[in-house]
Amino acid sequence: FAFAFNKTAFDAKSIADAVKAYGGAAPAESKDVTLTAPDIAENGAVVPMAVASSLPNLKHLLVLVEKNPSALVAKFDVSDAVEPNFSTRAKMGQTSDVYAVAITKDNKAFFAKKEVKVTLGGCGG
Amino acid sequence: MARTLIQAPASARRGEIVEVRVTIAHPMETGYRPGADGRVLPRDILRRFTCRYGGEVVFAAELHPAIAANPYLAFHVRAEASGTLEFEWVGDNGFAQVEQRALQVA
Repeated sequence: FAFAFNKTAFDAKSIADAVKAYGGAAPAESKDVTLTAPDIAENGAVVPMAVASSLPNLKHLLVLVEKNPSALVAKFDVSDAVEPNFSTRAKMGQTSDVYAVAITKDNKAFFAKKEVKVTLGGCGG
Repeated sequence: MARTLIQAPASARRGEIVEVRVTIAHPMETGYRPGADGRVLPRDILRRFTCRYGGEVVFAAELHPAIAANPYLAFHVRAEASGTLEFEWVGDNGFAQVEQRALQVA
């Protein structure tokens, strides 16, 4: 592939591993990171999720689902020309905590979490 | 070519924050799921999405297997000058696609 893909992050099984793979320190819970996700997802194959942050000097925003086979869902690169407010749709295998992690330019990490209940898993079977 | 759906305004005021929403038709096969014959289907996902505005990267995302099929992304760009918004998807099995939209800034 022509682009460098973060192998460590791809294999990351836990939240701490994934945050570390992108150079963040141990994450602390923060009110400046917001995660919007449904309380109950009827279909785990399509779970809408939105992350936003009001922290300055942001580098990355990560979305993670703790109990998925690989925890990381997406990494968003923040630049000065975009608002740190992104949404996407994710798959969830089972009921799990969902994390939004913000990593700043000085490698501090802040997170917000929310439990999403899944009634129908999104990983086949 | 995969079908894409891009929602971005054609014009904006200078300094205005515009919402850009993109989807692309793609199965995002995770590589964890068994197929009809019981064997695990090989992974086939989009790995990277990049948005350039006037030639400069303003937003990039790394996508992982847990992104739902037909990846949807929404983000907000600050309109500074007239230019093109260029969207690029890169994925497994040599997948690459580029789409463009013009943005007129008054």
